[in-house]
Amino acid sequence: MSNKQIMVVIGNGMVGHNFLVSLMASDIKENYNVVTFCEESLPAYDRVHLSEYFAGKSADDLSLVELGFFENNGITVHIGDKANSIDRVAKTVVSVKGVVINYDKLVLATGSMAFVPPIPGHDRDQCIAYRTIDDLDEMKVAATKSKVGVVVGGGLLGLEAAKALQDLDLETHVVQFAPRLMEAQLDDGGAHLLKQKIEDLGVNVLTSKNTTQIVDGDTYKHKMVFADGSELETDVILYSAGIRPRYELATECGLDIGARGGVAINDQCLSSDPDIYAIGECASWRDQLFGLVAPGYAMARTVVAHLAGEEAAFTGADMSTKLKLNGVDVASIGDAHGKTANALIYTYQNGVDGIYKRLVVSQDNTQLLGAVLVGDASGYLTLSQYYANNIELPENPDSLILPSRSDESVGLGPDALPASAQICSCYDVSKDDVCTAIEAGCTTIGALKDETQAATGCGGCAALLKAVLDCELEKAGMEVNTDICEHFAYTRQDLYSLVMVEKIKTFGELIKAHGSGQGCEICRQTVGSILASYWNEYILKDEHVGVQDTNDTFLANMQKDGTYSVVPRMTGGEVTPQGLIAIGEIAKKYGLYTKVTGGQRVDLFGARVDQLPLIWQALINAGFESGHAYGKSLRTVKSCVGSTWCRFGIDDSVGLAVELENRYKGLRAPHKIKFAVSGCTRECAEAQSKDIGVIAVAGGWNLYVCGNGGMKPRHGDLFATNLDKKTLIKYIDRVLTFYVQTADRMQRTSVWMENMEGGLDYLKSVVINDKLDICDRLESQMQHVVDSYQCEWKTTIENESKLKRFRHFINSDKHDENIVFVEERGQIRPANSEEREHLLAEKV
Amino acid sequence: MSWLDVCSKDDLQPNSGVCALVEDQQVAIFYMSESDTIYAINNYDPFGKVHVLSRGLIGDLNGEPMVSSPLYKQHFSLKTGQCFEDESVQVPAYGVRIENGRVQINLAGVK
Repeated sequence: MSNKQIMVVIGNGMVGHNFLVSLMASDIKENYNVVTFCEESLPAYDRVHLSEYFAGKSADDLSLVELGFFENNGITVHIGDKANSIDRVAKTVVSVKGVVINYDKLVLATGSMAFVPPIPGHDRDQCIAYRTIDDLDEMKVAATKSKVGVVVGGGLLGLEAAKALQDLDLETHVVQFAPRLMEAQLDDGGAHLLKQKIEDLGVNVLTSKNTTQIVDGDTYKHKMVFADGSELETDVILYSAGIRPRYELATECGLDIGARGGVAINDQCLSSDPDIYAIGECASWRDQLFGLVAPGYAMARTVVAHLAGEEAAFTGADMSTKLKLNGVDVASIGDAHGKTANALIYTYQNGVDGIYKRLVVSQDNTQLLGAVLVGDASGYLTLSQYYANNIELPENPDSLILPSRSDESVGLGPDALPASAQICSCYDVSKDDVCTAIEAGCTTIGALKDETQAATGCGGCAALLKAVLDCELEKAGMEVNTDICEHFAYTRQDLYSLVMVEKIKTFGELIKAHGSGQGCEICRQTVGSILASYWNEYILKDEHVGVQDTNDTFLANMQKDGTYSVVPRMTGGEVTPQGLIAIGEIAKKYGLYTKVTGGQRVDLFGARVDQLPLIWQALINAGFESGHAYGKSLRTVKSCVGSTWCRFGIDDSVGLAVELENRYKGLRAPHKIKFAVSGCTRECAEAQSKDIGVIAVAGGWNLYVCGNGGMKPRHGDLFATNLDKKTLIKYIDRVLTFYVQTADRMQRTSVWMENMEGGLDYLKSVVINDKLDICDRLESQMQHVVDSYQCEWKTTIENESKLKRFRHFINSDKHDENIVFVEERGQIRPANSEEREHLLAEKV
Repeated sequence: MSWLDVCSKDDLQPNSGVCALVEDQQVAIFYMSESDTIYAINNYDPFGKVHVLSRGLIGDLNGEPMVSSPLYKQHFSLKTGQCFEDESVQVPAYGVRIENGRVQINLAGVK
């Protein structure tokens, strides 16, 4: 028998699960056998981003549970079962389904429930609390037979819920009891502007509305009657009017309760029973309740530290928030209302651009007490650092919110931050943690993210993280050498610009004008790729041969034995029976090994260099063209069979895949590019693991960008939703050209995105809002590439002088006799060295 | 050892390599057109253990002309065959010259 203690965690919401993750990452995990109860039908998911469920994200996307987490950590999880009672004397928990567990330590993470105003008619059909994925499924069903939807509650979640209703194509209203939206976070001025902006998006906002009853409607299902005598008719009502902690278990077993409800806890998150902790929204610390996830995570960390015998205390939480509500930036820091005695207020209001900013500072004008930002939250990071670290304000604090009319930056340099300053609040990463990681050799944003987890949660701190990195590197005298190699004192992006601006067409011209020496495989290939991306000339032109990688030189993929593999294009993974037969016959004739690739086409291995033109002549005769499998270029557009055949298909994924592949084939880039198109959200084409992923939804196409499989998988970011085909192609044109122009050499889109300052939001601002005013050029550049496409193999076959190189010896028709194959499972494979020796000896 | 006729200078690929069969030896011949210089080393890649060096990219590192293996990217001096990354590895380097527009190789080594 093990002498492990039994730990029971009641609730597998965001905080309950965060506790499990923190516990499993700590040294004390070996001390406990952990059992957890999860009342919902799904384990922990991201409740904060619930509305994205309607913008194409699935329950899987929202899940916070890594595959195999419970199994691998030996955690017993009771899904769909709820703890029903606690016996503190016998130290047992009994569930609704009758499971009885003896506990040594108990953690309550029961969270909260949506507050439903107890008005007559509140529980009518299609009146739904907005809280869980099950609620969302109910909403989805209700929406199919509805035209109008109302959200009761104009707080954070309420406005998120309004977006969900809009995504379901309902006429949307928000009914708010208080006189302003987000009353907890915003002052009158900020709330007023937010209301305007939300209304501009087509949502009707009613404030100071006290619903007195809900009755049958005349035109629609329900009629809401308000205290002022007015009425509103609707089909669906969503309650998002705040949350209430769930602590009935604690009440029943006699634990102390906070003044405003919730399980009373001390600084170590212990309840009045020394073996029972409470964390998250169900806990009451000094009579305060916390309805945000970050304080809950802080409590979870505190409990793990306390269990480990470390000094740890929960010391309250910064309720500052920054978010994007339907595209509107909103941020609130500290005492936003200026309730502190003798506080001074600075306000900046810009009606033209729709910006509102307010600072609350201490009486002596030196400390930031609070702030409100609406319409432009770019100052949030700097301000929250002033606030959280009590940094002395500059002489004129209003310079922090006034628009900068000069180049002078008013931001707080990362150097001014104390070591303890929190950089990432999602994972509690301090500046000190970041600096330690930098010293240990993490000198890129990607490496820092891996090491510290900073900027991997909400991503809001990415810009700050980059600033700290740059500042520390500069201080350490480590001038980051971004030169591409010893021959060019430029980055890839610089070289691209030089080619573009000076209209340079060859490597020779470029190195003569801007480089030194003869070049090397790094700069030659890079420049070769840039020239091919920009001009899209035939890559085997005499002046370009010397800058192609061996694969490009022979338009095939060199394998370990010096032979090549050949991949004809099969757009969208489509191939006719005659095509398959032709490939089979060609493979048979030349004795090639054939394998179906992950990109839905057929790869033919074992071709000698002298066989390549013969094989391609036959493939071209059969109607095939180059698959560019050898290039750092567009590879494949994978697709599922789509609505043409599939019972579940929403749209024609194969048709779109074929069209996209034909559009972008031949495009050369800093690295290979893969696409996929799925015909519905079942996602059989795995589009979210591709550089460009497209998924059909009822409202059009959802576009995902910068995903990757391979060594470091990354889910693509949802870039835009419900696009028509024309807009979809326009966005893809722009994203890809921007990638080609700005990425480093051999950088996939996923890493490009990870290292991009401003991340997804920045890319959107460039591609969707044309922030840099370059979209026309991005599109015309892509159009040039599309218009100048050629099948490189066709061009080569037709060019006698180019074929001269496709032989092993320039002066003999002999083959390389060292290439030998053996048979395995009915096909050839390269002989290993032992077999080769044996076979070569036999030959002699 | 004597100079052996191999091919026409026109058969060489500017700024790249070709492979020639010279008395049972596979010889990689590289032609840097800017400086009009020709180099010859053995075609065998001692790391990948196959005959492919002629298909590598060429250039220079710190002024030393080199070819980069097309398989695993090690660099070899075009003058001496010495591997830059591993002191103990060297491939044979050969004498090469142009006579009347013909490329000639001397297997005895660099002249």
